[in-house]
Amino acid sequence: MSVFVDRDTRLCVSGITGREGTFHTLNNKRYGTNVVSGVTPGKGGQDVDGVPVFNTFHDAVAETGANTAMIFVPPRFAADSILEAEDAGIALIVAITEGIPAHDELRVYNHLARNDGVRLVGPNCPGILSPGKANVGIIPAAFFKEGNVGVVSRSGTLTYQIGNELAQRGFGNSSIVGIGGDPVPGTSFIDVIAAFESDPETELIVMAGEIGGSAEEEAAEYIAENVSKPVVAYIAGFTAPPGKTMGHAGAIVSGSSGTAKAKQEALEARGVRVGQTPTQVAEIVAA
Amino acid sequence: MDLLEYQGKQLFARHGVPVPNGAPASTVEQAVAAADELGYPCVVKAQVLIGGRGKAGGIKLANDRAEAEQHARAILGMDIRGFTVHEVWVEQASDIAAEYYASIVFDRAAKKPLVMLSTKGGMDIEEVADRDPEAIAKLHVDPLLGFQDFHARRLAFDAGVDADVIRGVGALLTKLYDAFVSEEAMLVEVNPMIVTGDRSVAALDAKVTLDDNALFRHASNAELRDVSGEDPQERMARERGLTYVKLDGNVGILGNGAGLVMSTLDVVAQAGGSPANFLDAGGGAKADEITSAVEVILSNDAVTAVLFNIFGGITRCDEVARGLIEAFDQIEPEVPFVVRLDGTNDKEGRALLAEANLPNVHTEATMLGAAEKVVELANR
Repeated sequence: MSVFVDRDTRLCVSGITGREGTFHTLNNKRYGTNVVSGVTPGKGGQDVDGVPVFNTFHDAVAETGANTAMIFVPPRFAADSILEAEDAGIALIVAITEGIPAHDELRVYNHLARNDGVRLVGPNCPGILSPGKANVGIIPAAFFKEGNVGVVSRSGTLTYQIGNELAQRGFGNSSIVGIGGDPVPGTSFIDVIAAFESDPETELIVMAGEIGGSAEEEAAEYIAENVSKPVVAYIAGFTAPPGKTMGHAGAIVSGSSGTAKAKQEALEARGVRVGQTPTQVAEIVAA
Repeated sequence: MDLLEYQGKQLFARHGVPVPNGAPASTVEQAVAAADELGYPCVVKAQVLIGGRGKAGGIKLANDRAEAEQHARAILGMDIRGFTVHEVWVEQASDIAAEYYASIVFDRAAKKPLVMLSTKGGMDIEEVADRDPEAIAKLHVDPLLGFQDFHARRLAFDAGVDADVIRGVGALLTKLYDAFVSEEAMLVEVNPMIVTGDRSVAALDAKVTLDDNALFRHASNAELRDVSGEDPQERMARERGLTYVKLDGNVGILGNGAGLVMSTLDVVAQAGGSPANFLDAGGGAKADEITSAVEVILSNDAVTAVLFNIFGGITRCDEVARGLIEAFDQIEPEVPFVVRLDGTNDKEGRALLAEANLPNVHTEATMLGAAEKVVELANR
């Protein structure tokens, strides 16, 4: 088992004909992901290395039975593409695009919230990897193997760092889910942790948070009430000054809220162990 | 991006939010001319992106031309908590009967705009929230529905605004919401929102934060960026398309990916060092971008050593190595570098560095080891 993506994933890529879109689509395909189609308006009928391209998500779903979408289009087109995928009946939408306007994300989130049959992961995320089964996104799969540690993170490269430290100690992963660094993530820590809790393959959960917002604090509450599996956390951004956006649009300490220290304290108060460095996270897992 | 008060007021005015008449001025002569035009009494207000202007002497009432000139002379060039005043806003004095508070924030937790209204305006709203939370009426708005008249009425009745201005307050809130959505703001705040002697309602101050990611749709807003107060390194980095935040330490830092760079700063601090900057070279950075980033880092004279912490996913470690080698060719850095390369093409990257044998460049195998090494070198 794993969460969100596996051998049943039938992937359709929005923006498949773009440079990055093509590169990562083919990477995912080589990994073994079932990439069934792509969407680029105006390029229907073409193919990318044998993957058929359609003008609309509706055509792609009708013709190829796609159940998962990956969004690779530039920020100004991304919200529309996500909404189109939902309208076409796609169940899982993974949005890699960075830089989507916050009000677009707000509209998309509130619209998708009315449909129980759809999940958005991201935007501004590295995607989801279920080692040995499917890779949807840009996570460098070579560094991860199958195992029982579920990882959920707001950051891509930080996930690789932590995952690599775990791999060096012999741990593999059930799934690695990047929820993204934007202010309005479609899927929260809580959503992913709940999925790991009910996934039989996952025995331990690692969450990597960062400054900004209150998602880690909310996760801490949820874990205390609902999660039986051990959770180890990491928080980045202890040295971040208030009022400065640290790369991710959502990574900002506003006044006294959203600090790394407050997040660490909230997690520890609820019994979640927090590593001070990525290395220490792996050491706690291994202990 | 934060707007100055007068920029916020001009933005409000475009959406019909009532604001007092005024004019911006960057010289004493302009300020006096504006005051003459507006009439007396008028108010001369320092335009800086920091609170506490009034307490610092940056807001003064002028009853005649001599006072307008005197205040403009005193305020222009004044330092307010580290911000130099380059502009003032000269505004008709208002007849204030009551001071209210109104704001709309982008509530990340609720994923909806949050509208707040209080009759306790004119003071620090966080203090009001601490002391008397009941005094602030709050309402989340479904962004797909938008702000309705009933929202405005509920807020006005909850906040206990005077009965004769419920309509005026509601109208202002409706227009403020329109500004918040149309201009794609993360925050619009009016403190104080005033009720005048003749019972009209207006925004006497304006605090606006716009979404940087949406500026491509708002070209005229994008031009409002105040570069005068911007740090020179931060400006240089922004012009080069790099994500850079200046800090006050001496260890220059370059990494790829926001989370990993934040984590790198933390690990350097834990090793006893003090980071000089946050610099995210981004995903898939090419050699010339790395070279450009090194220039930005080294343009800060405080830097005594530099740490490269790369975990390549999309980013290829050989590109990073090539960029560093190129930087050494072009600018001959005088400070030591510590480089940690892991991930995509890490072996190739390390081989390139070994072959180039750059002076004073140390490679380390782990993030922790690299952090300890750079701190040792920086403080030598």
